[in-house]
Amino acid sequence: MEKRVVFRSAWLPFALLAPQLIITVVFFYWPASQAIWYSFQLQDAFGLRTQFVGLQNFYTLLRDPNYLSSFRITAIFSVLVAGIGIALSLLLAVMADRVVRGALAYKTLLIWPYAVAAAVAGVLYAFMFAPSIGIVTYVLKGYGIHWNWVIDGNQAMLLVVMAAVWNQISYNFIFFLAGLQSIPRSLIEAAAIDGAGPARRFWTIVFPLLSPTAFFLLVVNVVYAFFGTFGIIDATTQGGPAQSTQILVYKVYHDGVKAGDLGGSSAQSVILMAIVIALTVVQFRYIERRVQY
Amino acid sequence: MVERRPGLDLLAHLTLIVGVVVIAFPVYVTFVASTLTLEQIMSVPMPLLPGDHLLENYSQVLFAGTEKGSKAPVATMLFNSAVMALGITFGKIAISIISSFAIVYFRFPLRMFFFWMIFVTLMLPVEVRIIPTFKVIADLHLLNSYAGLTLPLIASATATFLFRQFFMTIPDELAEAARIDGAGPMRFFRDVVMPLSKTTMAALFVIQFIYGWNQYLWPLLITTDESMYTVVIGIKRMIVGGDAANEWNLVMATAMLAMLPPALVVLLMQKWFVKGLVETEK
Repeated sequence: MEKRVVFRSAWLPFALLAPQLIITVVFFYWPASQAIWYSFQLQDAFGLRTQFVGLQNFYTLLRDPNYLSSFRITAIFSVLVAGIGIALSLLLAVMADRVVRGALAYKTLLIWPYAVAAAVAGVLYAFMFAPSIGIVTYVLKGYGIHWNWVIDGNQAMLLVVMAAVWNQISYNFIFFLAGLQSIPRSLIEAAAIDGAGPARRFWTIVFPLLSPTAFFLLVVNVVYAFFGTFGIIDATTQGGPAQSTQILVYKVYHDGVKAGDLGGSSAQSVILMAIVIALTVVQFRYIERRVQY
Repeated sequence: MVERRPGLDLLAHLTLIVGVVVIAFPVYVTFVASTLTLEQIMSVPMPLLPGDHLLENYSQVLFAGTEKGSKAPVATMLFNSAVMALGITFGKIAISIISSFAIVYFRFPLRMFFFWMIFVTLMLPVEVRIIPTFKVIADLHLLNSYAGLTLPLIASATATFLFRQFFMTIPDELAEAARIDGAGPMRFFRDVVMPLSKTTMAALFVIQFIYGWNQYLWPLLITTDESMYTVVIGIKRMIVGGDAANEWNLVMATAMLAMLPPALVVLLMQKWFVKGLVETEK
């Protein structure tokens, strides 16, 4: 789509574009190309000399059991965050779409967790579930459950998943509610007249019509679990215990900033960039399809 | 007409009430903890009704900071967060509106190339290129500065796209009329495009303010000076060790203060928030 009426000027458009382009080049293209460049280099322990080593960093990474387990952890984590988050928010959205009285109040009370920073969400959950003083830990103890995420890897994973789902649920809820409200009432009414009950109407009409929204949210939630949860992990488990919650982006940070392995960390950055680009392509493909639909 | 199902309506209300309570619970616990003394929190289980140390805790963190962790007063941190969030928000809106105006309303060489150049940055978050970006900032001597906190995060394609989409819906007749009346492009931009873009700007404001306020990894890397901490970083720096080592009442008071501004923006600008969220992601 192009404008029919345009203005003419030899320099003005460039002047208008300049700030955006300069910032994009300096803070995006330049660092990204540096990441790719570092990923082919090996630094000695003191950072004094660097050596071009080709793909060796990538080889080392892909044979490193820690890195592969970080991949596995990220996969489990994002499936849990996306799956639980989407299911719960769909349930809430369907219910909120159904009620007439108090709909706005419910909506207001459900959307605000979006405003909470990931790191703050992590701190809240760390506090509630703190092994010795946490209020939820105390309740769990009453049921005979010994809760200590500081030493139990599975419980640590559960903790970060809960905090992440809580933080992301309002985002999903808003999109599902918008999706539900755009479904034509006439379709639902026609089905009701034909004798389909609420459950049948949901599965044969509402759910298929919501599937584009659900798919979109799946991609967004996976991206969120990959990158947006950095603050949660850093504020709670810091990847531990024994790297059981060390997702990929946390490992990039840990290896690059804390362990000072520039080459290895950059190689990980490059792999992550490839993953994000792949996810973006998937999403845009889907958006194109939706436009035709 | 869809049949009435009072049973289902009741179930809907129950589900929503349970959802609201479960979602609000962590913040309620935080609020309660921020009104207690440390001893009260440490005596397991902590009380679940607010105590009477609200003013004491809040004034201590705001003006004096914690004793064991970071000693920077939270008032400074809130100010830093506000500068960062507003800097990112207005910076993004400003550079995006003029660049999309150039792309939509002018024909010039390499137009589509520039467009794609911005487009590619759409989804690559700062998290994947942290170390090289950190080096760039260090080389530019922007560590521990507001410019270092905001500039790298201003580069984003979302706002540019939103404005571009919106400009495409402005009728050509308006530009035509402006040209016939002898208005140049900047006059047209100021008197026609800017006023029409108000709702888009409001929607972007909410989304980007929250984005800027809640930044974590980037300020964590480039602020080493306590006086430059943002509030989200400040909370993290207050947590120094195991359960017993932290002044939880103060940490929780800081957490409340960190949540308040973005939550208010969401609640007070709810309409723009939902619009911004749904449209930036389209």
